[in-house]
Amino acid sequence: MIRWFCLLALCALACASLFVGVIDLRSTRPDEVWPLIRDSRFPRTVATLLTGASLAIAGQIMQQIARNRFVEPMTSGTGQSAALGILMTAVLVPAAPIGFKMAMASITALGGSLLFFVIIRRLPPTQPLLVPLVGLIYGGVVGAAVTYVAYQADMLQFIEIWMNGEFSGTLRGRYELLWLAGLAAALSYLVADQFSIIGLGEAVSLNLGLNYAQVVVLGLIMISVVTGLTVVTVGMIPFVGLVVPNLVSQFTGDSLRRSLPMTAMAGAALVLAADLLGRMVIYPFEMPVGTVIGIVGAIVFLWLLYGGSRLAR
Amino acid sequence: MIEIENLSYQIAGHPILSDVSLRLEKGGLVALVGPNGAGKSTLLSLVARLVPLQSGSISIDGLQIGKTADDVLARQLAILPQDLSVASRLTVRDLVGFGRYPYHKGRPRAEDRDRVDAVIGQFELTAIADRQLENLSGGQRQRAFVAMAFAQDTEYLLLDEPLNNLDISASRALMTLLRDLVTAQGRTVVIVVHDINYAAAYADRIIALKQGVVVADGTPREIVNSALLREVFQTGAEVAVVGGRPVVLV
Repeated sequence: MIRWFCLLALCALACASLFVGVIDLRSTRPDEVWPLIRDSRFPRTVATLLTGASLAIAGQIMQQIARNRFVEPMTSGTGQSAALGILMTAVLVPAAPIGFKMAMASITALGGSLLFFVIIRRLPPTQPLLVPLVGLIYGGVVGAAVTYVAYQADMLQFIEIWMNGEFSGTLRGRYELLWLAGLAAALSYLVADQFSIIGLGEAVSLNLGLNYAQVVVLGLIMISVVTGLTVVTVGMIPFVGLVVPNLVSQFTGDSLRRSLPMTAMAGAALVLAADLLGRMVIYPFEMPVGTVIGIVGAIVFLWLLYGGSRLAR
Repeated sequence: MIEIENLSYQIAGHPILSDVSLRLEKGGLVALVGPNGAGKSTLLSLVARLVPLQSGSISIDGLQIGKTADDVLARQLAILPQDLSVASRLTVRDLVGFGRYPYHKGRPRAEDRDRVDAVIGQFELTAIADRQLENLSGGQRQRAFVAMAFAQDTEYLLLDEPLNNLDISASRALMTLLRDLVTAQGRTVVIVVHDINYAAAYADRIIALKQGVVVADGTPREIVNSALLREVFQTGAEVAVVGGRPVVLV
């Protein structure tokens, strides 16, 4: 029931997205409508859907690995590490092709998330809120490193592109990498049970004969690929990976086999809605989607934190 | 049969287990007792390969721990670890279903679902099968975790302090269930338990550990007496015999 409602809302939003923009389709010459949709509106709509779905799934998997509901890649250093990778590439190998940038972003994202998990392993399990706090500080430190490097290299104006996600530059030929992110997220459905089991801890995983380290590394690679590709293509979008899995698990529970499709749909809907809102509030100008979600997400995050111990592991 | 030979284990130079050798035959309910820090949980964790061996050897029906693949062992032996995640939004059915993971590897087949239904019925969890773990009482949740381990269909079932945080009714219900698994189904259950009266009431064999050494080993009638309590637990409680079994007067 709720699944169909979500799907319907998603379709409605996607249709609306095709018709919202500076150029009004009603007063456009008929032969210009199709190129506009093909080159700008459709790529933008697909890009928001793919980004939202894959970021929400990456967040959910990160929460399973961390066994903590308050972490997600963009606020725990993974996104900042990806930005660092892109910046390093831009400084050291300015002529590098996009594929190389993407690979570097994913590799530094993986390194950044591995370090994060090494740090949080030492935290006492009785203090679940320490994990997101350490994540925010860690993300802040990596973000500061990005700013420092950019300042030294006189590239401060560029990092804004990666640090604050937006879709206004999404055109045909410039967003297709996101299909890879979507694919990586979709593949996680094949190992949904494994991710659910590692959420029960290392001992339970070992008891069931599951290779814990292998599943964790697989999850981290998936998170890093999604994060790296998203940051390269549209920039950092915070909170999607945090609020969507939390809200969805209220309805579907923690079995990823059941919750992943809903998480993907709800993430796509959230990012699309935020992008639509960003396109309309100061029309004909735009507000970056990262800013819109930053505001909405921060409020929902606070609500989750104060929403009582029921939500905390 | 579980064969433990010359097992020693240290943490940061402190001996936790010293040269422990034991043979646990198939069938029967074995209770490991002893004061805090005696090495009971470490012994169980070593047998369940949750911590790597340091010296000595353990084999389960001839399969050497440390040399046998995890997924092979997962069909021979199941353990209920001590600290379990309590705030999970998994349903009881999801959890018991994961007990079948060693067989289906993430692709449950019809026979796995049938087995899960059967186990849920056997553990009297049918009424709460679709409720989430975080909304259950401690006793119900513990029962669900034991059901998951049981659904693994292993010869050996190890439980690390399953009675922690359970009231007397839930404790007795769980012990009765374990007793039934042993008597009616011929499973082998090894349990770490704090309360020696539960061990005496339900176990076929009690093994007492103190400072990493086996100090007593036998049936409850043979070994539960005031001398054991004095020597192992350093307490002067009396032991009475009620209905043919020893009872510690606390």
